[in-house]
Amino acid sequence: MHGTLNLVGYGLSAIGPAIATGLIFAAYINGVARQPEARSVLQPIAFLGFALAEALALFGLVLAFVLK
Amino acid sequence: MQIIGHLAVGPGFVPPSTADFNLAPIVGHSEYTTKPIALVFFSIIVISVFFVMASRKAAIVPSKLQFAGESIYSFVRKDLAEEIIGHGFLAYVPFLFTLFTFVLVNNVFGIIPFMQFPAMSHVSFPYVLAGFSYFLFHAIGIKRQGLGKYLKGIAFLPGVPAFAYILLTPIEIATYFLIRPVTLALRLFANMFAGHLLLLVFIGGGNYMLHDSHLFMKILSPFSFSFGIVMTFFEFMVQCLQAYIITLLSALFIAGALAEEH
Repeated sequence: MHGTLNLVGYGLSAIGPAIATGLIFAAYINGVARQPEARSVLQPIAFLGFALAEALALFGLVLAFVLK
Repeated sequence: MQIIGHLAVGPGFVPPSTADFNLAPIVGHSEYTTKPIALVFFSIIVISVFFVMASRKAAIVPSKLQFAGESIYSFVRKDLAEEIIGHGFLAYVPFLFTLFTFVLVNNVFGIIPFMQFPAMSHVSFPYVLAGFSYFLFHAIGIKRQGLGKYLKGIAFLPGVPAFAYILLTPIEIATYFLIRPVTLALRLFANMFAGHLLLLVFIGGGNYMLHDSHLFMKILSPFSFSFGIVMTFFEFMVQCLQAYIITLLSALFIAGALAEEH
């Protein structure tokens, strides 16, 4: 079998940001469901949090390619 | 079991890698005549022509084109600039609007047939865009608050006990001067890079399976292709989202620099 362990490592490191993204959008949906008029306030916050959590997963992806 | 054995015997599927992003120059041997550069110039023409056409015959009852142009403009102006920056947002709308449309069009080029290459998957383009945002928000902060006060506001958060500055000051300085511009660029780059790679895997994999000598592989190849199509729609969503996010973060940085206290 050929391949690199980097990708296994990346798969493991992506678990954290995946859970984080799930929690962020769960909280956002909850908030909007309870108070629909709060959507415009919550939306930038939710996407900011999502962007920050997702950045970690993407650093993992970049490092998986960069590190040999 | 036979399929796995067969895969091991054949010449093997070569998975797409970073080498697939280094496209040969279209004309000559210069590194300035490659496809990403051509797409960036083309995107500038597309954006200019579209918005000139959309705004030229502005009327109270808008045409379809004018409506489309105004929807994009009002999205950036109302939902991003006004919501986040607040007072005095109008001065930054041109920058944010240019950033949003430029990134959006260049990203969406990634899934348009015959172009199918997001220029932002080459890290140099996002670095330049993040550089604009970086210098802009620092310049605004220095102009608004003065150099000393601005740097003091970054390095020393108000309302924190004195001993915490040992830890907080280096983190805050690194955040403002290093982490913010780099993450802003890398987020866009890595999303486009990963998305393009994903499409290469499914379309290239389907192509490989279709040309395989084994009949079972030929039958299975449409599944790979159809998943590639599904992923193309997913990519479209990601591309729009990333254009939104880079504009949102730039607006947040500007708002932070405008605010008297952080």
